[in-house]
Amino acid sequence: MNVLAISGSLRADSHNTALLRALREEAPSGVKIELWHGLREIPPYDADADGAPGPATVEALRSLVRDADAVFFATPEYNSSVPGALKNALDWASRPIATNAFRNKPVAVMGSSAGAFGGVWAAAELRKVLGAMGARVTEVELAVGHAAEKIDDAGELVDDDVRQGLRDALETLIAETSPSTSLVAA
Amino acid sequence: MSAIEQIEQAVPAGTWTADTVHSGITFEVPYAVATFRGEVPAFEASLVDGTLTGVAQIASLTVKDENLQAHLASPEFFDAERHPEVTFVSSELRRNGDRVELPGELTIKGITRPATLAGTITGPAVDHFGATRVGLQVQTTVDRTQFGMTWNMPLPNGEPALSNDVTLKAELTLVGQEG
Repeated sequence: MNVLAISGSLRADSHNTALLRALREEAPSGVKIELWHGLREIPPYDADADGAPGPATVEALRSLVRDADAVFFATPEYNSSVPGALKNALDWASRPIATNAFRNKPVAVMGSSAGAFGGVWAAAELRKVLGAMGARVTEVELAVGHAAEKIDDAGELVDDDVRQGLRDALETLIAETSPSTSLVAA
Repeated sequence: MSAIEQIEQAVPAGTWTADTVHSGITFEVPYAVATFRGEVPAFEASLVDGTLTGVAQIASLTVKDENLQAHLASPEFFDAERHPEVTFVSSELRRNGDRVELPGELTIKGITRPATLAGTITGPAVDHFGATRVGLQVQTTVDRTQFGMTWNMPLPNGEPALSNDVTLKAELTLVGQEG
């Protein structure tokens, strides 16, 4: 089981990236979590450059997503929404829309912020975008507010409740990769 | 004068199988200011001793835009990957002249709910090749949110873009099977 972890922040001391490192530490046996570090290299979306193949960095992202069993996002919140760089990367990844790498891909979204709300609006918008792309968006709604108090200066998550939240979220995402779990009628 | 000969008005007994070339499964849903339509061309249907069974393959769902088609197949709508079939099984066929009602169970996205197909029935009648045919033109309207399809977008006036009520239509030509 391979889970691709994508942080929406480019900041070196990003809380969201730190949360994904903690997620990797909490992964159960048999689950490999790979952090993607290519966000900075994705060019601005340009339909004229979106041929077959597209830019090499974009094709690399599409390939990572295609090969992953699931994708876990951690996003900050800029102006009540998804950071532009992350949205831009998804706009690339979503092409061509009918056959894009995220189609039917199980995904989970968490948010974190220095404030009280933990990026809930950015996470909600990210879920909407992923749904429109055809991803299998899970019910995970983990919002980590006051992130600076829960992640120490070395970038370690030091909050047990959040660690439990990460384990629960990962369990939900992994369950969604197994078709049998979704065949139960509501 | 009709090319086919009307032979009775009873509930058709025996086994009848859909001639899919002369049949169709379609849907209609109010969208913004108009009605949006689509078709599910891959399906099978049969009427056996008054029980109508239909199975439609969602992978074949066709609308006039491939991106929209992909959206309808996605987990936000039918989730064709995990729930490839829509099925209907009637529990009864009630006929009164050319009117017909078929109460039964409709399964969409793995969720089964009661639904009644209602409309008209024609025949049985013998066609120009000697086969006996029954025509069914039936429909039902369902609340898509009851089948796990809750997607919507607000219009600028605040109203939702897509209606929750979707009309499913089946126009079936059923051919009597010998023996």
